[in-house]
Amino acid sequence: MSVVIPYNVDPNPETGLYNAKLGVWLFLASEVMLFGALFSTYILLRTAAPAWPTGSDILNVPVAFVNTLVLIASSVTMVMSWASLKLNDFAKYKLYMGITCLCALAFLGIKAYEYGTKFSHGDFPANSTFLGIYFVLTGLHMLHVIGGLIVNGYLWGPGSKMFQTEPDRFANRIEVAGLYWHFVDLVWIFLFPVLYLLPGAGVVAGGGH
Amino acid sequence: MEPATTDSHADAHEEHHEESFWRKYVFSQDHKMIGIQYGLTALVFMLLGFCLMLLMRWQLAYPGKPIPAIGGLFGADNAPGGIMLPEFYNQLGAMHGTIMVFMAVVPLLVGAFGNYVVPLQIGAPDMAFPKLNMASYWCFLPGGLLMASSFFLPGGAARSGWTSYPPLSVLEDGQTVWLFGMILLITSSLLGAVNFLVTIIQMRAPGLTWMRLPFFVWAQLVTSFLLLLAFPPLEAAGVLQLFDRLVDTSFFMPDGLVISGEMEDFRSGGGSPLLWQHLFWFLAHPEVYVLVLPAMGMVGEIIANNTRKPIWGYKSLVYSVVFLGFMSFIVWAHHMFMTGMGTVISAFFQTTTMIISIPSVIILTCLLLSLWGGSIRFNTPMLFALAFLPMFAIGGLTGLPLGLTASDIPLHDTYYVIGHFHYVVAPGTIFAIFAGIYYWYPKVTGRKMSELLGKLHFWPSLLFINGIFFPMLIQGMAGLSRRLYDGGLTYEFAKDVMVWNKMMTWSAFGLAVVQIFFIVNFFMSLKTGEKVGGNPWRATTLEWTDAPSPPIGHGNFPKIPTVFRPAYEYSAPGSDEDFTAQSQPQEA
Repeated sequence: MSVVIPYNVDPNPETGLYNAKLGVWLFLASEVMLFGALFSTYILLRTAAPAWPTGSDILNVPVAFVNTLVLIASSVTMVMSWASLKLNDFAKYKLYMGITCLCALAFLGIKAYEYGTKFSHGDFPANSTFLGIYFVLTGLHMLHVIGGLIVNGYLWGPGSKMFQTEPDRFANRIEVAGLYWHFVDLVWIFLFPVLYLLPGAGVVAGGGH
Repeated sequence: MEPATTDSHADAHEEHHEESFWRKYVFSQDHKMIGIQYGLTALVFMLLGFCLMLLMRWQLAYPGKPIPAIGGLFGADNAPGGIMLPEFYNQLGAMHGTIMVFMAVVPLLVGAFGNYVVPLQIGAPDMAFPKLNMASYWCFLPGGLLMASSFFLPGGAARSGWTSYPPLSVLEDGQTVWLFGMILLITSSLLGAVNFLVTIIQMRAPGLTWMRLPFFVWAQLVTSFLLLLAFPPLEAAGVLQLFDRLVDTSFFMPDGLVISGEMEDFRSGGGSPLLWQHLFWFLAHPEVYVLVLPAMGMVGEIIANNTRKPIWGYKSLVYSVVFLGFMSFIVWAHHMFMTGMGTVISAFFQTTTMIISIPSVIILTCLLLSLWGGSIRFNTPMLFALAFLPMFAIGGLTGLPLGLTASDIPLHDTYYVIGHFHYVVAPGTIFAIFAGIYYWYPKVTGRKMSELLGKLHFWPSLLFINGIFFPMLIQGMAGLSRRLYDGGLTYEFAKDVMVWNKMMTWSAFGLAVVQIFFIVNFFMSLKTGEKVGGNPWRATTLEWTDAPSPPIGHGNFPKIPTVFRPAYEYSAPGSDEDFTAQSQPQEA
């Protein structure tokens, strides 16, 4: 394409942002609305219910706690990979981005194990509104992790060739992917206490255990 | 075109010859081609939505009579012997709404006009993310085709209204395809919204400050914010409804729901049908402003151009449109006064609804006052733009009684509501779309559309469209419900107002016939339209003054212009011409 889009790499002096960075922030705003709607759903269903289970009675808190640590670690290595690029250390970038991808894979593996045990115990979304919203929220979050893994995997593998030709643009890509990845992390930081740790209310009849 | 530009013009052409047919016309990343793709696709969908409406109108005027000529085509499942079944009528209704809102009007306003005009008006070489732009269209098209194809799938199309209220929507056929289609359409809108926002915020030409932006660009900016922030909750709601349908959760299914005398015991219950309505209207009320703000923007452009004077109250217009965008997020529950939310919540939403009418009135007043003292050119785009004003005014003012809880009680779910919002969207927005097509056609093709055919299109359309919608207000005030497939035969109180149905139906058929003038004009003018220069309307904005028409290929401008002036310097004192281009330097 012969067209040169302005502010593709260098920031616009008026806003201080390059296009993709503004774009991803706006995209994340829409993501906040998406998860915000689902959290509102949780609140509405919970306040309307005569009783609500305690998360830890149904869900496996230690496993989810490990998963939380895995995801936070991946966020740290994501920043390190970006910082390494800024310091022109491509080998370190590869290392940290590789760890980020492995952490994402680990998260998905642990999540798959969690889902598997739920299903084998007969805990399905149709059993209760709690399990329903649990599967929707964590499922949608998992899709976001998968999306991030695909992007990060590409940037670790074939996409990293760009560093040889356009290092600044490539570092921008990592920054943008990082912003998204931190958001995915942040969603989990909200999901974990809300679904796993919050105590319930009232007496739950049947369903769940 | 200026001689100085021919070099770069030729360069651009040379680059363009290398593009294959697929790159240029199908998987194009050029905002102009994507705009044309959106426009043509959406016009076809609009025709489809219109035809569905014609079938419904036949049924309302002649309930139980076979559909003439084409009645046999719909099959024994839908219309045995050509007589429409209630289930089929419901499919037509749901799909008419869905198609018109999500597949016709929004893609035309944002996808087509926004895509084509915004980068040209702000002096940008393209949208900020051309690939994302292409992806947006290629989410829209499969989403639209999936929706349209649902008529031919087993179980038929969705039939729970475009609002898809549960529990009905969770139980009825066709809804799953509707939800998947909506997810594609929503994704398309989100990609487009991000792209528009970044383009407008980042890529304005040097000197094009916020208060020099054409009003149309402001309208698109606010619209994009609405799409960005209002659509995700519907996406969330769509996912929840999919769960309810496919894995039997109970997000929207209450305890103890009895269907045909039987309790559903495979669901846990405990959900809330009202939750859907909240999530849906949280999108769908801002969506109403998505349907009208770009239309106001286009009307503003055309009125300023054809009155040959600056638009009246530009700053008031801008502040109003921003305030309108903000307020549109906190009025949604005025669609739900009858759901038993409680008087406190109703009072809140009634108040915000009254407040939001203020900026709407300011915008309309500014546009109306712009006419004062102008030397008005009554060409076809201007006629449509002028008709927008009273039509939108009727639509807006008939909305006030619906926004007040007390008067909403008798009017709720009657034909009055249908009349109200159709006045906003049909003779309002769709007339603005026609105005926009006649106005920017020379930009796209380098030729004008025929004025004679244009006027033959306009005057009868104005007559017939009022023939359809005005009687709805009367019928609604008499209490006629909007969802009766026989037009109200079984209700004693409906007898007096049912006489209108035949006239409304024949107005609809008349409206269909006169659209032939438009279709003929649209295609004939490609070949026979009067050839015009780069600035046939003698306009001030960049898309006319600095970009050649028809446009050069990808890249838009021979040289990125610099802006020195506000958007509408018409008939400036001391100027030789009655218009001064935005890119013309101020004299020292």
